[in-house]
Parts: sequence; C-alpha cells; structure tokens
Amino acid sequence: MTTAAAATGERTARTKPATMAQALGRALRDSMAQDPTVHVLGEDVGALGGVFRITDGLAKEFGEDRCTDTPLAEAGILGTAVGMAMYGLRPVVEMQFDAFAYPAFEQLISHVAKMRNRTAGAMPLPITVRVPYGGGIGGVEHHSDSSEAYYMATPGLHVVTPATVEDAYGLLRASIASDDPVVFMEPKRLYWSKADWSPEAPVAVEPIGRAVVRRTGRSATLITYGPSLPVCMEAAEAAVEEGWDLEVVDLRSLVPFDDETVATSVRRTGRAVVVHESSGFGGPGGEIAARITERCFHHLEAPVLRVAGFDIPYPPPMQEKHHLPGVDRVLDAVARLQWEAES
Amino acid sequence: MTVQELPGAAAYRPAPPPAWKPLTDPAPLLPDPEPYRVLGTDAVADADPELLLRLYAELVRGRRYNAQATALTKQGRLAVYPSSTGQEACEIAAALVLEERDWLFPSYRDTLAAVARGLDPVEALTLLRGDRHTGYDPRAHRIAPLCTPLATQLPHAVGLAHAARLKGDDVVALAMVGDGGTSEGDFHEALNFAAVWRAPVVFLVQNNGFAISVPLAKQTAAPSLAHKAVGYGMPGRLVDGNDAPAVHQVLGEAVARARRGEGPTLVEAVTYRMDAHTNADDATRYRVESEVEAWREHDPIRILERELTGRGLLGDEGIEEAREAADRMAAALRERMNADPVLNPMDLFAHVYEEQTAQLREQAARLRVELDAEQDQHGDEDVEERR
Ligand SMILES: Cc1ncc(C[n+]2csc(CCOP(=O)(O)OP(=O)(O)O)c2C)c(N)n1
Repeated sequence: MTTAAAATGERTARTKPATMAQALGRALRDSMAQDPTVHVLGEDVGALGGVFRITDGLAKEFGEDRCTDTPLAEAGILGTAVGMAMYGLRPVVEMQFDAFAYPAFEQLISHVAKMRNRTAGAMPLPITVRVPYGGGIGGVEHHSDSSEAYYMATPGLHVVTPATVEDAYGLLRASIASDDPVVFMEPKRLYWSKADWSPEAPVAVEPIGRAVVRRTGRSATLITYGPSLPVCMEAAEAAVEEGWDLEVVDLRSLVPFDDETVATSVRRTGRAVVVHESSGFGGPGGEIAARITERCFHHLEAPVLRVAGFDIPYPPPMQEKHHLPGVDRVLDAVARLQWEAES
Repeated sequence: MTVQELPGAAAYRPAPPPAWKPLTDPAPLLPDPEPYRVLGTDAVADADPELLLRLYAELVRGRRYNAQATALTKQGRLAVYPSSTGQEACEIAAALVLEERDWLFPSYRDTLAAVARGLDPVEALTLLRGDRHTGYDPRAHRIAPLCTPLATQLPHAVGLAHAARLKGDDVVALAMVGDGGTSEGDFHEALNFAAVWRAPVVFLVQNNGFAISVPLAKQTAAPSLAHKAVGYGMPGRLVDGNDAPAVHQVLGEAVARARRGEGPTLVEAVTYRMDAHTNADDATRYRVESEVEAWREHDPIRILERELTGRGLLGDEGIEEAREAADRMAAALRERMNADPVLNPMDLFAHVYEEQTAQLREQAARLRVELDAEQDQHGDEDVEERR
C-alpha cells in the first residue's frame, strides 16, 4: 500500500479537511471493495450507518448480506463472527459503545483470542472488533469507558488505537487485513477531529505495532495514545514557555507494544510521563512505566510518572472534566520530574 | 399447533405494522409432548436394516471407547474424561447424519461424535490428555475444537452456517450442547440469530438429566427444552435420545430442512448419563442407584440389540463380531495412548500471533536459556526427548 506519492507528500495538493469518522468509514468501504470476504456486522450498522455513522452507506453499496444489522446481542454478534471467520470470511464487528462490548467478553477472550493457539495455527481468526471508547463527549454512564487495559491483558489480541485522521484510515485497513484478531479502539472524542486529508489519495498503510514520534524534544517524553494525544501535543506547546522541550510519542498500537521507539526516546530525554484517560491503577500506564524502568533505568533522571483518569467509575458528564487528564495535569506532572536533580 | 395459535399470544403482540405478516411456514413449531421413538413402535418397520446394523456396530464401538478412555484416566494417561456412556445414540447419530461438507460443533463431552465422524481417536483426546488444546485441523475434518465454555460454540455454528449460505454452499452445521448449557446466554443468542438469519443449523441438546450435580428441574421451568424453540420461531423436536434410529431420523429431518433453506431446528434428545460427570465426580452425592438402574433397562445398545435380534437381523455371532471389532479399536487406542507425546516447549510461543511480537521473542529466548541450563544440569536424554 505504501506508495511513493504518499511518502513524498505529493498528494497535499489534493487534500481537503476530513474527519476521523469519515476516514474510518472510508477504510471500511475500501476494504470491502477490495476484498469480498470483508463483512461488517453490528447493531444499527445498516440503514442508520451506525450511531456514529461510521458505516454510513455500506449497506446500500454492498448489500445487507455484507453490512448486516444483527439482533441486539453482543456475544451473539462476536460469536457468529467467529463462525463466519472459521468459514473464510473477514468479519468487522461494531460494538456500539465501550461498555456494551462487555457481554461479548467471553467470546473475545475464550475464543477470538485463543483460536489460533488452540488449533496450533490451523485456524486463525481474522476478526476486527471496533470499539468506540473513552469520554469527553458528555455521554451518560456506560458510554465513556476506556476499556483498553482489559484487552491488553489478553494474549492473542492486537489492540490498536489511532489518534489522527490518517492513522484511523491506515490502521483500520491494516487491522482488517490482519490474519490476527484486532481490537480496534476508536477514540470517539476525536471522531469529529479534522485533518487535511483526501480519501482519494494514496495513503500509506503502516503495519500494526509501530509507535510514532509526533513531536521531537529533548527535556522529557510524553507517552500517550488515542484521545490523549491532542492533550499532550497542546501540553508540549504550552511547556515551551516554561523552557521545557517535550517529545511526544503516540503509541498507536498497545499490543504489540513498540518498546524500541519508546525506549529510544526516553533514553535520549531521560524523563517520561505516560498519559491516558483510563484509570491509573492496573491501567496501561503501569505496564508502560515498568517497561521503561526495566529498559532505561540507567538513563532515567526521574521516576516515570503517570497521568491517568482517577480510579473511579467513569463520572457523570457534568463531572467528567475533573476526571479526564487535561493539559494542566500533564504540565504539573512534567514539573514534578525532579528537574533540580539535573543541574 | 402453529405459533400463531398459541393461546393468548395475540394479546401480547404490539399492533402489527402495515407490513406485518404471520409466519408463512405452517410447520408446527411445538414439540410433541412425548419423545419420538422408533424402537418398539410401528415406525421401526420403515427403518433400513442396514442403517440399524451400522448404528449398532457404532454404538458398541462408542461404548468401548468411553470405557477405554475412562480407564486411561485411572492410569494417568488422560487428565480427565467426561464419559458419554448411555448417550452413545446421540453421539453416533450426530456424526452419521452429516455429509462430509457439513460441520460438527461438539462440546467437551462429545469426543465420541468427533471420532464417529472419522477423527483419529488419539487426535480427539489431546485436549483431555493435556498435551495440546486441539489435536486436529478443524477445517480438514469440519469439526470445530471440542468446546469447554458452555454453549459458546453455538453462535460459532450459526456464523459458520450463515457464511456458508452467503457463499452459496449447501453446508449444514450441527451444534451439540448439554441441558445445563441451555441456560447460558449464548444458547439464547445463538438460537435467536439462527432463526432470524434462517441459518442452516441444527441444535442438538443432549438432556442427560444433570449438569454436573444439578438436575434438570433446577435448570429450567419449561415443559421441555425443545419448547424453547417456539419462542425463537423455529421448530422444536423431542426425541428419545437412547433410541438410535429415532435420533438419526429426527436429526436427519432437521438437517434436510436446514439444507433446503428452511432454517434451524432445536432437537432435544432425552437421555441419561450412566457414568459420573467425569472420572473426578462422585455421582452418589446427587443421585440414587435405583434411578440409574431404571435407565439401564432403557440402555441404547440394549434396546437396539433387542430389536435386531428379535427380527433375526443379529445373532450371537454378529454380537460377538461387533464386540471384537470394538476391542480391537480399544487395544489400538490403549497402545497409542501409552506412548508419551513428544512435546516442544518452544511451541508455547509459536501460535499466539501470526508473527511473534518482540515481547514473545524475548520470552522465548529466556525459556530457551532455561531449557539449555536444565539440560546442562541433567544432561540426560530425558530432557532432550521432551523437547
Ligand atoms: C461457562 C461455563 N460455566 C461453567 C462450566 C463448568 N462446567 C463444566 S460441565 C458443567 C455442567 C454442564 O452440564 P450440561 O450442559 O448439562 O452438559 P453435560 O455435562 O451434562 O453433558 C459445568 C457447570 C463451564 N464449562 N463453562
């Protein structure tokens, strides 16, 4: 998929603003057009186009057999997707909201994640499970969970989460093409974020599993993903005033985890803060901090800090601003990186 | 009685939208109150003698397989074995009604169905021996992995059958589940999906009286498990699960119906688990011997044998022949199971993902070092052999 045009940025002349939601829809469309075994199924994905309109137009273009409104049953949706994959299809399942994927956990953990392993490689399951996740959209309870830690803790699953419009397209294409099951976490807060991007232009599809440095800097590394990337980028800009030159790493893929990009950055900067929305205790930040400590201990000038959501059930919408890690909380953590030790 | 005629049903229905039409399929969905029987009824006159003899030979072989596998647990060759002794008629019929292109979705108790379908008896036991999860390629045999979490294989069967139909293949999936498994949410979701999609699936519930220790009466308040079908809009069939030709006929009709594109069927086979739940279970804690005795009278092999000998289709010689064939199978199984499987610990990392992640490569290297150290220490062939 990588083309010279994409690599050289030739296509910028043809770009126009597009949202992440549009990019995701386009990725589904292009995958279905290219590969007749790709099937989309879920609740309201047909005529409505999904509650976030990601699947808009797919049923019309490809027919209801390929973009199917299922009965309202998450275990059934994912369970039947397993059987479809066993017969050679590539199901892309939409879970309507993060917390409504929980009924499907049994299928995900006991079957989707394990089928390749159980059958000693004879029966891989190329299933993509799209999960809109995270808060900041004023959703009432059960509409804002960050459930990535549960998936990360399950061997056999890839866990991917884009933070940009381009990645939304490229990573979803790569996920659907993958012969392994992928939990594709969609930061719903960023659905309407825009970028200059043309779906018609050739786009590089990166393999799953590579982090990317979004901003280079020398003072410390912010490690983040999904909905917290814009927060970190803003924090890095604001930090310039304090004289801090922050590097920002966007993980893009939580499993597999790109130790190399993270360690290379932290060894250079000597300081790291992990930023995510999901609760800190037992959350992704703990794992990432431990990995950094194991690999970069002698380069570290300060303990690896975490800025995460509080260890509380996701709060009601009028209170969520206090829970979500914002720019100030990130900057506060940066300030606590024991700068005086440096001099 | 069709679903429209259920007493009082109309009262619960919302006002029909303009396009609403009653089910056009007039097939009665409700099961007969009595399990369908062939043996000892007039229906037996229509049964094909060749099929009856084939069923008999397979039942005898199956019973012997169960006994041999249970014996292997006592010798430590199998970690556990959930015997299907008493339920052989269901197991065998499930295997025999399917065409080669069809798929079987067994539960952990259905090793026998997989073997009767043609799976290598040793490959069928790898899960229970503990050396591999699934010792066979499911696609090569059209047998899904033996499924341990209850009822979770049922939606897989629906999805596979649905996919086959979308591709234009006339493939049928037969999924097996126990009476306890019908209480699981996945059972409900699978039946509902199957009916809505008119998927070519047959659900076979082996009602063997117990879920480990819990009797059916504590599992459901329904008149029968087959009654559950009506709520989904599919026919439910009740069959004597010990009557091999009856199970074969009812499943055969359900498979044919699915293949014709008329959708799924729920079949409840009423049977009895003669052994304990597994070799590790103590059945005397929850059932009395007199109950087991009563079922012994209705043993699937016994009632078929009675029919065949009564009609002069089977004599002492034939009975002996079937027994000897079963013994030969058991001896071969015993011998092969007595050989230690050759395992490679590095396989642990081989099939987690298509490509090993960097993290898994690191962990594999660590294990390699441990194994080398172990070998340096002991230096014996024992370690080498186990690699
Ligand atoms: C989801 C799930 N819960 C619990 C168990 C543990 N368990 C194994 S067998 C069994 C009883 C199953 O009874 P039934 O469905 O009637 O099948 P049978 O064993 O009688 O063939 C239970 C509770 C399991 N395997 N899966």
